[in-house]
Amino acid sequence: MSTIYWEEEIETLPRVGLESIQLKRLQSLINRVYRKVEPYRQKMIAAGIKPEDIQGLEDLQQLPFTSKEDLRENYPFGMFTMGLDDVVRVHASSGTTGKPTVVGYTRNDIDTWANMMARALASAGATKGDMVHNAYGYGLFTGGLGAHYGAEKLGATVIPVSGGNSKRQITIMKDFGSTILMSTPSYALNLADAMDQMGIDPSSLSLRVGIFGAEPWSENMREEVEHKLNLKAVDIYGLSEVIGPGVAQECLTSSGGMHIFEDHFLPEIIDPQTGATLPPGERGELVFTTLTKEAFPVIRYRTKDITSLHYETCNCGRTLVRMEKVTGRSDDMLIIRGVNVFPSQVEHVLMGIEGVEPHYQIIVEREGTMDTMTVEVEVSDSLFSDEIKGLEALTKRITRDVKDILGVTCRVKLVNPRAIQRSEGKAQRVIDNRKI
Amino acid sequence: MRVEQIAVFLENKSGRLAEITSILAENNINIRALSVADTADFGILRLIVDKVDEAEKALKGKGFTVGKTTVIAVEVPDRTGGLAAVLDCIQKIGLNVEYMYAFVNKTGENAVLIFRFDDMTRAIDSLQEHGFTILESSQVYNL
Repeated sequence: MSTIYWEEEIETLPRVGLESIQLKRLQSLINRVYRKVEPYRQKMIAAGIKPEDIQGLEDLQQLPFTSKEDLRENYPFGMFTMGLDDVVRVHASSGTTGKPTVVGYTRNDIDTWANMMARALASAGATKGDMVHNAYGYGLFTGGLGAHYGAEKLGATVIPVSGGNSKRQITIMKDFGSTILMSTPSYALNLADAMDQMGIDPSSLSLRVGIFGAEPWSENMREEVEHKLNLKAVDIYGLSEVIGPGVAQECLTSSGGMHIFEDHFLPEIIDPQTGATLPPGERGELVFTTLTKEAFPVIRYRTKDITSLHYETCNCGRTLVRMEKVTGRSDDMLIIRGVNVFPSQVEHVLMGIEGVEPHYQIIVEREGTMDTMTVEVEVSDSLFSDEIKGLEALTKRITRDVKDILGVTCRVKLVNPRAIQRSEGKAQRVIDNRKI
Repeated sequence: MRVEQIAVFLENKSGRLAEITSILAENNINIRALSVADTADFGILRLIVDKVDEAEKALKGKGFTVGKTTVIAVEVPDRTGGLAAVLDCIQKIGLNVEYMYAFVNKTGENAVLIFRFDDMTRAIDSLQEHGFTILESSQVYNL
């Protein structure tokens, strides 16, 4: 099979040429944020760095990191480079507390994003003849619209089916002839189950490739989903703080990992403890600097995702660096059914309910193909009621508040006081029983 | 007129009930009546005991969530229609029963109905007006 490129020249550019583009863009970016984004200017002043100190790509290492906390402190638009006149869209993802992380896009940013997603789709073998079944959620989450614009840019036909209602999805797949499925890997398995229930043989469908992301998945899951849906499964990576989906994409003939579109998103791997930059191939925390974004660029943004970078040219001919599948997190963020969940958000919700003790535990399990989250809450004397309806009202309230703030449905389990283990130092808030 | 009842939160875990009854036994507390209300996820044990404060203290000391509520105990003759008569009266008055449970006292002549109403004061007045016997707390604790 011959490789399909979207922008062949840049995707196969020798490193020297690529680095020269990156440096030029980096210098211009640092200049811009220094002038226009107060929090970045303050940090650079504090670190004693001026824009003209950025002489080579390695000088990036002198710049301070940006974290989700910085975004929270400047909520909602404080890290934008401009007023909202030229911002044509905002998206939001989970913050570490009740407030979301807000990102903004100019018209050019939307176009860059669509272009990156078109690149991603082409890397996965998609062409304008494809029927793209987009089951990523549409809304504040970047998944749905990001994939949508990319597929349109590519010239494919998009079905904006979004998440949920699996049986209808399968009917659509069958009747419309969907060839490319875009969803979380767990939702893909859910669709496979639904197909089984409906007595539909996946080989009778036209599905060819599945582009799966927004949550961690393993090689075992890849085999399972490929087998159950009769398609080739590839991995996509992205996060809203950087742009959304389309930051990196696994190609069909990958030598391992996903190609980072590094002419726009400059990656580094650091030691999450010391912040020191690690050499290629070593595993550490992935950090991104967006080279071309206008409304909301980020400088050395800490993704908290653990991976490694590989610079050898890929089987597919692309010279773009490959990141291996994300193998973990350097913080306690969980991804449940594609939704980012921080234990601190759950804590925030619980603290908002009078009488709830600050002792809780989150238990994550995979039941069949779906992840479930159970929040265990201790029943204190002040919460206790001698009537069932009193306690049920409490569990319903917690479920509703968690759903409102986090966007994920949880089960609430009431437990005895002191049933949740108290630990010295950092409490163990999360028990993740998923075997991914 | 009002009887103190203790309610204990029951986590959905095996052995909880046994643990509670052992604690009461160790503290020489006698159970006069009990009921368990349960859902798929948790339960509530409601108890009437001879020594309310001691029972509450002992259970709290062992880490249980305990609440105290007042209920009323209505005594009716232990024969067909005994409970129906009380409930009929309650319905006519328009009271809501939050929960109830019943037991037969030692002599076997009378049944004791434990009630929790949404409006306890009105319930006591109305039931007495209609000639029902409401037991004093000391009578219930020492049944």
